[in-house]
Amino acid sequence: MDSQSYLPVPPGVGMEENFLSLDDILLSHERLPSRTECLFPRLGYLEKSTDSQDIQEGTKMELPLWLAKGLYERKRRVVSIELPKVYREGWRTVFNADPTVVDLHKMGPYYYGLGSQMLHFDSPENPEIAQALLQTFIGRFRRTMDSSQNAYNEDTSALVDRLDSLERDCQPTLLCPFYEFLPRFCK
Amino acid sequence: YINVLDSLYLCISRAGRTDLIPSIKLRHCCLLRNQRCLSAYLYDRLLRIRALRWEYGSVLPPNIRFHMCSEELQWFNQYKKSLANFMRSVGGEEGLDITQDMKPPKSLYIEVRCLKDHGEFEIDDGTIILLKKNSQHFLPRWKCEQLIRQGVLEHVMS
Repeated sequence: MDSQSYLPVPPGVGMEENFLSLDDILLSHERLPSRTECLFPRLGYLEKSTDSQDIQEGTKMELPLWLAKGLYERKRRVVSIELPKVYREGWRTVFNADPTVVDLHKMGPYYYGLGSQMLHFDSPENPEIAQALLQTFIGRFRRTMDSSQNAYNEDTSALVDRLDSLERDCQPTLLCPFYEFLPRFCK
Repeated sequence: YINVLDSLYLCISRAGRTDLIPSIKLRHCCLLRNQRCLSAYLYDRLLRIRALRWEYGSVLPPNIRFHMCSEELQWFNQYKKSLANFMRSVGGEEGLDITQDMKPPKSLYIEVRCLKDHGEFEIDDGTIILLKKNSQHFLPRWKCEQLIRQGVLEHVMS
C-alpha cells in the first residue's frame, strides 16, 4: 500500500491513547506485574497456579495494560501495578548518564508509549518518570536526526534497529523532503 | 454499555452482593477490549479501502472486491461519489481530477512499456494506440498514470 494514500490512525500523544490506533492497541497488550488488592469471586479459572474458585486478595498476576488501566482506581484498592524495571530508579540513572547508548527497541518497542501510560497509576515516582521520558527523548533526538540526515545512500538499519517505535515514526517525514531536494543541487 | 453497567451495579448493591463488583468490572473490561479491537480492525480496513480509490482508480479489480463485504463495497461507492462531487466542484467548468499528478510531474510526455495486453487506448487528440504486451509508446503522462498504477503500463526511465 502506497504510504501516501493509506493513513492509519496514529498513536495517541502523552497519556491519552487513540481508541482506534493499532499501535496503541499493541502497546496496551504489554503485560505488567501486578497484585490484586481485593477478592475477585468466581474468576479463579483465570489464575492457573491455584485451584481456588476465586482470585484471592494479594495474588500476584501479570495483567495486560488495558486490564490494569480498566481495573485501577485511585480511591479504592482493587489492583496495584508494579513499575517495570526500565522506568525505575536504576534504569533512570542510566538514561540520565547517556540516553543514546540504550537499545530502546529491545526494551519493549514502546518505551515512551508504555512509560506515558504508567503515569496513570499514581506512583509517587511519577514526576521522575515523566522527566526521564522527556530527557531521554531529547537526548536521543539530536543524535538520531544527525546520523540519519548524514547517512545518504548508506545502510541505516543498524541505527533504526535501536530506535523506539515513536522515534521510528519521526524518521520518514524528516528524511523524505530533504532527500528529494538534494539531487537538484548535486547535478 | 455504560448505562447497562450502572444499572447492573444498582441491582447488585440492592441485592447486597457488592462483593461481585470487581469480577463484573473485569469481565466488562474484556468486553470493551474486544469491542475496541474489532472497531479498530474494521476502521483500518476502511482506511485501506479508501486508499484503494487513489491507488487503483474507481474500478476495483475483482480479486480485491472478492475480499470486501457488501457494506464495505457500499462505503466505497459512496466515497467515490463524494470524491467525484468534490472534483466536479473545483477547477471551473470541467472540474479537476485531483487523483492525477499526485507527485509533481517532471515532464509532459513519458516513455511507457506495456506489461500486459490491454487492447485499444484512445488519447486526447483521437489517436488510438494498441496496447500490446511489450510494446513501447511515448504518451501524455496524465493519460498513463492510472494504467501505471494498475500495473498495465510501466514507466521506462532512460
